[in-house]
Amino acid sequence: MTTQTISGPHAVLQAQARWRAAEIAFWLATLLPFVLAPDYLVLASQVAIAALFVLSLDLILGFSGIISLGHAAYFGVGAYTAGLVSVHGWGEPLSGLVIAGIASGIWGYVTSFIIARFRHLALIMITLGLGLLLQEAANAASWLTGGFDGLQGIHTWPLFGKIDFDLYGYTAYSYALAVLFVVFVAARRIIHSPFGLALRGIRENGARMPAIGASTHSHIRTIYTIAAVIAGLAGALLSQTTETVSLEALGFQRSADVLVMLILGGAGRLYGGLIGAVVYMVARDQFSGLNPQFWYFWIGLLLIGVVMFLPNGILGGLAFAAERLKAAARKRPPVSAP
Amino acid sequence: MQKVVIGCAGAFFGLALAALGFYPAAAADAIKIGLIMCYSGQFADTATQMDNAIKLFMKQNGDTVAGRKIELIRKDTGGIAPDVAKRLAQEVIVRDHADILGGWILTPNALAGGDVSAQARKFMVVMNAATSIITTKSPYMARTSSTTPQLNYTLGTWAAKNGIKKVYTMVSNYGPGIDAETWFQKGFKDAGGQIVGSVRFPVDNPDFSAFVQRAKDVSPDAIYIWVPGGAQPAAVGKALAERGIDTNKTRILGQDALASETALKSMGDGALGIITVSNYDFNHQSKLNAAFVKAYNADYHRNPDFFSIGGYDGMHLIYAALKKTGGKTDGEDLIAAAKGMSWESPRGPMSIDPQTRDIVQTVYIRKVEKVGNELLNVDIDAVPNVKDPGHAAK
Amino acid sequence: MLSVLGMLFDGIAYGMLLFLMSVGLSVTLGMMNFVNLAHCSFAMLGGYVTVTLMNDAGWPFFATLPIAFVAAAAASVVLERVFFRRFYHAGELPQCLLTIGIVFVSIAAAAYIYGTDQQPVQLPDYLQGSLHLMGLDFAVYRLVLIAIALAITVLLVVTVEATRFGAKVRAAVNNQRMARGLGIDVDTLFAVTFALGSGLAGLGGALAIAMLGLDPSFALTYLIYVLIVVAVGGLGSIAGSFAAAMLLGVADLAGKYYIPAFGSILIYVVMLAMIMVRPTGLFGRR
Repeated sequence: MTTQTISGPHAVLQAQARWRAAEIAFWLATLLPFVLAPDYLVLASQVAIAALFVLSLDLILGFSGIISLGHAAYFGVGAYTAGLVSVHGWGEPLSGLVIAGIASGIWGYVTSFIIARFRHLALIMITLGLGLLLQEAANAASWLTGGFDGLQGIHTWPLFGKIDFDLYGYTAYSYALAVLFVVFVAARRIIHSPFGLALRGIRENGARMPAIGASTHSHIRTIYTIAAVIAGLAGALLSQTTETVSLEALGFQRSADVLVMLILGGAGRLYGGLIGAVVYMVARDQFSGLNPQFWYFWIGLLLIGVVMFLPNGILGGLAFAAERLKAAARKRPPVSAP
Repeated sequence: MQKVVIGCAGAFFGLALAALGFYPAAAADAIKIGLIMCYSGQFADTATQMDNAIKLFMKQNGDTVAGRKIELIRKDTGGIAPDVAKRLAQEVIVRDHADILGGWILTPNALAGGDVSAQARKFMVVMNAATSIITTKSPYMARTSSTTPQLNYTLGTWAAKNGIKKVYTMVSNYGPGIDAETWFQKGFKDAGGQIVGSVRFPVDNPDFSAFVQRAKDVSPDAIYIWVPGGAQPAAVGKALAERGIDTNKTRILGQDALASETALKSMGDGALGIITVSNYDFNHQSKLNAAFVKAYNADYHRNPDFFSIGGYDGMHLIYAALKKTGGKTDGEDLIAAAKGMSWESPRGPMSIDPQTRDIVQTVYIRKVEKVGNELLNVDIDAVPNVKDPGHAAK
Repeated sequence: MLSVLGMLFDGIAYGMLLFLMSVGLSVTLGMMNFVNLAHCSFAMLGGYVTVTLMNDAGWPFFATLPIAFVAAAAASVVLERVFFRRFYHAGELPQCLLTIGIVFVSIAAAAYIYGTDQQPVQLPDYLQGSLHLMGLDFAVYRLVLIAIALAITVLLVVTVEATRFGAKVRAAVNNQRMARGLGIDVDTLFAVTFALGSGLAGLGGALAIAMLGLDPSFALTYLIYVLIVVAVGGLGSIAGSFAAAMLLGVADLAGKYYIPAFGSILIYVVMLAMIMVRPTGLFGRR
């Protein structure tokens, strides 16, 4: 009995952490564009980058209940850092990526002290305000950031010193996908660790967690910093693969977009954000290709439609449907066991 | 249950992108122009005006050049988004096999597009973005709009030569505004004028009365104002009226957008006497322009503006260059054909500088006057053959 | 010294505008916890109604204002009945997604119907120019704006504080479940309040276009300002929204005038400082 209670939660976590066949299928499917849509690899690379960014938001919003309307701040810090490193003569992508992650992580850690103290609307407005402040600061510091015109002169060296970034986006997609996968595996581990469990506790009831001896604030600071690092990596990927950074990397629009992608896919499920990013980016590309002027109308309808019929996002809706099917299947055979 | 879901999702991820691969390819012998502009969002109207003019040009001149059909592929950047602009440029070249890149309204996007033009060796025509350095980004690029230095340096010199001794400048505090301020002040000071004060206000400034008051306090001969188009020119006009600025005593100087058609309508008589510099206005008096404005109105029920003319002449340049190359679309051939090309546009005589690939044109100084019942920009002076002083400075 | 007074006057007029556009959102958020990011779409609708009536039908400016109010209120009732009411208990994330979707649709619809260009707004002559009083210039339109906003504030306060309807609203904002328990039909009450709030946004939009301009991106551009006012003022508080709007209007203008280099930052700094000191807003209870 006692051994069971001790090993119980660990066993649950371990069971959750096991890789499922469907997950492996998912990741194999991400390779399909190479074969089936080689003309769309540039888009695919930006989808992967968006997915990484959404994953970062999912860690704080979906798993820890920290809502943010200013998450682009960390994306932008990463993007500008990677860009600046390159402009100042060091265009090696992998080390640039690491430096960018560290920079956005530092900014995340510093701001996390403020973030951890607030919730709800106050938190939304504080993240929004901090994001807008940073964007204005970047506009003012045009000697450093290039201001409105964007940072000029970014040049990314070939990957591993050998593989050039081509016009077709082969390198860009491979690179972005690899980083996404590695970060995803790490995020998955975090979620299925006791720390991850504590985060969900904070999401469900932030006031009760300290009562059972969990330090809410320090947990929030930790996950917020981790999320900031990931957002920074996404930003760095974008500036390295496109060799451009401008103020909109820090902007409200990007913060709002990533929030929309996450809710669309389903927050609090690792794959929800990824699905949301794919659906939103592909839909946007297709709608705007078909109707460059009024595509907002269709994307708006898409959002309304999804939220009307799948209030927990696409993945949430699918999971609900699957559960219903399974429950129906369970009911049908007569119960023989005692 | 998760399994099924994630499996479905994974297949979807792959298929969503894969499905895109099966579009029917368009006719192979057409010449394709990728128009990359901000069709939606804050700057959507700019794209609308430019797109209208492009359609009009093709209606008037046919959609076949040198025996090949011209096909447009429109792509929306949704605003300032160099990463998106760059991707769209890559995609129209890689996927749609576009031969020419056109459009380009915003500087950051045009700079990003320049990289693609250079890498893919494609002819690129900048039809609006006005920062000087853009054309240095790719050797296959030409411009048919204007540059900020070209207009503002000219205005500065003109002001100093026309009895204005002391000027107060106020601009929006971001790239284009600062660029305009720099070049106006340079032109004005080079010609002997004196700047008695300057202020840069935030970009999203909804209310200008405070700044107009500030300028009024130092009583200059003229106030130079640069704001982006959209809601702001009208707001400036309101502030001028509220602060009781008499444009006969204190001249108001600015660039085209300050006295755009909508701005004048909103400002009313308060706009009388505002002096602006521009490369084009629908009220410019010439036979060619009268015909252009008439045709434009017939199709789109509004007047063309300087965005329209950039698109119209951009198409002219593309057509003329293609005629010269006999329909060959290599970047080298087209830019060689474009260099030094000159023609008569509704805006007046214009040409492409063979050295810088930038535009050379007549710059007009206009004053808002009441003609009949309407407020119009009336040309009061013209400076012919102005090159971009930004390039010369380097 | 004189310019300080002038500044205050301009800032207050700007604040009044912000107040009109945000008070409805504050009350509905406070009552139902419904995050309505489409609030500024109603303001935009009001603006377009006024522009259409003035420019195409030749109506006088003032006559268009009630129509702007009614149009926005009517549109909000339709949306509330069809969409919003299903999401009152759905949590803030689906609400965000729904209302952002509505914002996108409204922007595209406005662009489709009215075109993407700025709508010209020509005020009648008697609203232009300024009055000279005690050595100061008072812009006529700003005076009118302040007068209208003050009248509406008084009307609102009286309604909320002194009528039966207002008592119900206050009860529902304070404790929705208790109010239900007392037999108050909170759903209908909310629908009415929602319509009033959106109507005020429409009126605010109609009054704003002469100062802020109008194009399809209006629905997003001013959303941030409205959110700031609501958060700083405190949810569900008319007095809070009023104070916050005044404070932010004056701070914004003063910042832009005295320290233009940091002018655009000041409003955010003020907001951050206010929220850090009072996370529930100036007059917020929760």
